[in-house]
Amino acid sequence: MNRDAPLVLGIETSCDETGIGIVRGRTLLSNTISSSMEQHARFGGVVPEVAARAHLEALGPALTSAVDEAQIELADLDAVAVTSGPGLAGALMVGVGAAKALALALDKPLYAVNHLVGHVGADILDDRGEPFEYPTIALLVSGGHTSLLLVRDLTSDVELLGETIDDAAGEAFDKVARILGLPYPGGPQIDRAAAEGDPTAIRFPRGLSLPKDMAAHRYDFSFSGLKTAVARWVEQKQDAGEPVPIADVAASFREAVADVLLTKAIAACRDHEVPRLLLGGGVVANARIRELAEQRAAEAGVALRIPPLALCTDNGAMIAALGAQRIMGGFAPSSLDFGADSTLPVTDIQVA
Amino acid sequence: MLLAIDSSIGTSAAVVDLDRGIIAERHSADTRGHAEVVGALMRDALTASGVSPAELSGVVAGMGPGPFTGLRIGIAAARAFAFGVSKPVVPVVSHDAIAFDWYASGGTGELLVVTDARRRENYCSRYSRADAAGLPVRIDGPVLAKPGDIVMGAATRLDADRISAGSLGMVAELTWAAGRPFAADEPLYLRSPDVTPSAGHKRVTS
Ligand SMILES: [Zn+2]
Repeated sequence: MNRDAPLVLGIETSCDETGIGIVRGRTLLSNTISSSMEQHARFGGVVPEVAARAHLEALGPALTSAVDEAQIELADLDAVAVTSGPGLAGALMVGVGAAKALALALDKPLYAVNHLVGHVGADILDDRGEPFEYPTIALLVSGGHTSLLLVRDLTSDVELLGETIDDAAGEAFDKVARILGLPYPGGPQIDRAAAEGDPTAIRFPRGLSLPKDMAAHRYDFSFSGLKTAVARWVEQKQDAGEPVPIADVAASFREAVADVLLTKAIAACRDHEVPRLLLGGGVVANARIRELAEQRAAEAGVALRIPPLALCTDNGAMIAALGAQRIMGGFAPSSLDFGADSTLPVTDIQVA
Repeated sequence: MLLAIDSSIGTSAAVVDLDRGIIAERHSADTRGHAEVVGALMRDALTASGVSPAELSGVVAGMGPGPFTGLRIGIAAARAFAFGVSKPVVPVVSHDAIAFDWYASGGTGELLVVTDARRRENYCSRYSRADAAGLPVRIDGPVLAKPGDIVMGAATRLDADRISAGSLGMVAELTWAAGRPFAADEPLYLRSPDVTPSAGHKRVTS
């Protein structure tokens, strides 16, 4: 096997994006994504069974277009990589079954890797500069997860500092959008509505930020209370027969989310004396979160990295990149016996 | 030669040939661990058969009916394997494998194949006979039915708790040899996803 610049095909099906990525070492050859987001719109959130069905339908066409785009021969692949967790169990299983079969058909080794660590690995494929150095703090925020990681080494040493104890940040955006009568997905809708609003109009709570929370939950997040606070505030206005200032609510809510995310991320950089912060996950599409990240990182003397959006949302290229890194690091492939693990811890960078 | 995979009840993988019959078959009765076992079963069936992937002319997928989480895994594996070896996927209705076995071992007359659909329901398919090629003739189903709603008629009822990928593969071989059409390349979930459209936001204050 080529351990210098391995040609790897990655399969990602942990949530609602069917991602097939192909990389050669650190070079991106294809990042093919098929999303079932529109099918979830009328349900106001990702429906696991709908997502899993969509993965099965999208898998074949996505494989074909990724290989076409990368202009490779399947026989030239050095390995297949796949997300084995964390994520939606039924959705993950589609990718796991497919990856095992593809590796067998091609007689190639299989690397079953961690989705969250994959988000960190996405940065390697960003061709706008040198990859980030380690250690780094990574803040991964999407509709499925909100996690703060300390990455000492991408392939061998990743620690979970904190994560959401209830809703993911992306879910909070969807729920608040619904409260305000805005369609799914909520992130872009809130962003648009907030553009005209005053972020200081309403002081919504910052979850797990009180001194009493900081001992046990210094780096953890909670968005459930924030969502309820927004709902209460809106209902009070409605009950009083007053108009709801949607722009101000959206801006103030978004500010609360951005503030708590970045406050904790920068605190992690400071506490661990790591002057680097990497963002990942679909929520980095949010303009205010990016803006506040730039501002807070600059103030704290922390270098900030935000990969291009197509590499931040769930994708197969990041899985292929992490697989390639494991191969380059000399790690052995996974067996054919692993399963999908919806709660796979970040310390399990690859499953055996 | 064909590689056949079915995960509509347990998980089964086999290598078959029109002339040689079932060359090798591997099976797991576990109705939950499809994703864990599917790779090893395919590998072991291939190894035991001595057939290399390049020698296959297609990959048979059992399209169900079956509870969706498990059913999908075999179909995903069949499609990905077929993609890897650049060979077609051959879809077969999983119940046909059960009926094929029953008629092949001497059963005659009408047959009702019944499998567990969970949630106190069953999947049912009705067959009239085996035709000249030995293929079971399905006249109704597969359908989803509550136990009380199953009409027996003149049929012999056969409750099955296992689908043989070898038999599934032989149905595919005979179907191809007889020049008959294959099943649709669509999973037979026979149930809509469990979802209710969002009714909008519910109040948090009373
Ligand atoms: Zn993700």
